[in-house]
Amino acid sequence: MSMMETRKPAGRARRRAYGRLKSVAGFLVVVATTYLGLLAVTFFIGRVVPIDPVLAIVGDRAPAHVVERVRLEMGLNLPYYQQFWLYMKGVLSGDFGTSVLTTNPVMTDIRRVFPATMELATVGTIIGALLGIPLGVLAAVRRGSMSDQVVRIVGLVGYSVPIFWLGLLALLVFYARLGWVSGPGRIDVVFEYTFTPVTGFFLLDAIINRDWAAFRDILSHIILPASLLGYFSMAYISRMTRSFMLNELGQEYIVAARAKGLSEARIIWGHALRNAAVPLITVIALSYAGLLEGSVLTETVFAWPGLGLYITNSLQNADMNAVLGGTIVIGSVFIAINLLSDVLYRMLDPRTRTR
Amino acid sequence: MRDVTMTRREWLLTDRPQSRMQARLGRAYVAWRRFTANRLAVIGLVIILGLVVLAAFAPLLAPHSPYIGDLAKARLLSPGPGHWLGTDDQGRDILSRLIYGSRLTLQVVLLVAVIAAPIGLLVGTVAGYAGGWVDAVLMRITDIFLAFPKLVLALAFVAALGPGIGNAIIAIAITSWPPYARIARAETLTVRNSDYILAVQLMGASPWRIVLRHIMPLCISSLIVRVTLDMAGIILTAAGLGFLGLGAQPPLPEWGAMIASGRRFILDQWWVAAAPGFAILIVSLGFNLLGDGLRDALDPRGSGQ
Repeated sequence: MSMMETRKPAGRARRRAYGRLKSVAGFLVVVATTYLGLLAVTFFIGRVVPIDPVLAIVGDRAPAHVVERVRLEMGLNLPYYQQFWLYMKGVLSGDFGTSVLTTNPVMTDIRRVFPATMELATVGTIIGALLGIPLGVLAAVRRGSMSDQVVRIVGLVGYSVPIFWLGLLALLVFYARLGWVSGPGRIDVVFEYTFTPVTGFFLLDAIINRDWAAFRDILSHIILPASLLGYFSMAYISRMTRSFMLNELGQEYIVAARAKGLSEARIIWGHALRNAAVPLITVIALSYAGLLEGSVLTETVFAWPGLGLYITNSLQNADMNAVLGGTIVIGSVFIAINLLSDVLYRMLDPRTRTR
Repeated sequence: MRDVTMTRREWLLTDRPQSRMQARLGRAYVAWRRFTANRLAVIGLVIILGLVVLAAFAPLLAPHSPYIGDLAKARLLSPGPGHWLGTDDQGRDILSRLIYGSRLTLQVVLLVAVIAAPIGLLVGTVAGYAGGWVDAVLMRITDIFLAFPKLVLALAFVAALGPGIGNAIIAIAITSWPPYARIARAETLTVRNSDYILAVQLMGASPWRIVLRHIMPLCISSLIVRVTLDMAGIILTAAGLGFLGLGAQPPLPEWGAMIASGRRFILDQWWVAAAPGFAILIVSLGFNLLGDGLRDALDPRGSGQ
């Protein structure tokens, strides 16, 4: 009798642990195959699509013995599956080959430029979330009103505008004509030698160094490109917030809260938004990933020394190793962010825990 | 025997249609009424129709040649009579270039839709109907392509294929099909166990026939909505590729490439870069409005969202 009582919960716990292990394992398999696919696609782009991958790397004016040496170095005499194996081993150990343009290993270059992109996307997402969530809530609460329409149109324009063009116009107006912000680049030349990067996130570095003049300068450089990216993500975040909020506001617990006599503000911000917050985190994570992509064009316009500018510069010089390295890094970040938002969702929403 | 006093509207809206055609027309009429009730959607439709008219009658509507400019007298003129949107650095009339550029925009959008939508439809319906390992493999591949950011993947493809509008179209199409596959699969899963599919199965129809004749038609309407909504994104991606010099090559009047060439004069002759960007904005806004309206009209389930 007593044995029965103790065995039962133990068995259930074991079953639950087994189930969780199985779902984690399935999860890992999905991630691994997705990553493998990512590598396969970039391998395909780099080795199979170009008519001659060697020429794509050394250029068409290289002497014949160089071409032959590179061909052997790249292992192009091997069958494709062996090439792919070598390629995969290289990428997984962080070796993307050497950039023709900078003559550095691509990984070194990417490690140098990536913080700039991260910083831009982070500030952009913060701006987008700070504007997008209140606007989305407003649109949902006053559904069908004038303000709902305005939020909708502003969002639609954000979806439809070519971001590089808006960047050019913004530079023209706010930098050239009004002089409110600093122009292209990340930091003024004046600070180039006095400013020591610590984390690679310049705003943080300036705070760590207590260099307030540099901080102001960095801020005035980042504010324009970050606002543009922020507008872009605001369009998405406000639209999703509105739809989540409409969903929550139609639930019965809202009626119950009203019947209890809670204030409207408390119902909206304390009850409805709190329940909408979990899917919103996913939306914000996805828009962050989207900004990493949007940064490719924005960085080109603002001469922002990040991954996007690195990729486009390499493209212009037919530097395939660098282009593919950048593509893999952005793709990996995409996968990681998707994963992270999925895990966060499971952790934060108790309804997804028990299945 | 039709009631003589029945008006055309009543005939369309009757709940006892006498023929297939009447039922179809009636449904189309209801969708049309729902669509036109949405003012923004009608604006979108007008914009897109305007684009089609511009593209079709470009030689009649454009006041000047889009390729040959007057380098001696008409370089970088500001907007005014004669050149309503000014001229570019080679003395070409910007308005005429925009009008001819509408052909390229339409070409990109149509070709991408024609290539990507059938691929997505096929992959999605086959995966959804077959199930099992076919489904697992096809959806894994779809997810891999979804894991890439669209623009970056398109950039890498164009880098490998070489710049040009044809390669840009291929690259965008390759990056566009996965969402269509997802949608088609979801629609297939909702109908695959319904009675009418069971009935066709019992009549001995082959799996291909079921997928092609009985499942695909049901996926079309949600696919059309999604493709329309995607067109704005396709235009923006194509313009971005053009801006980076990877899409249409000069002297083609592609809008993104026009912005790139106007970039050098942005401080003094801002209209050179401003006009094509505005054209992109209007057209992609048009597609977004149209797509939203179509979604509400064709799929009343999602209209509250």
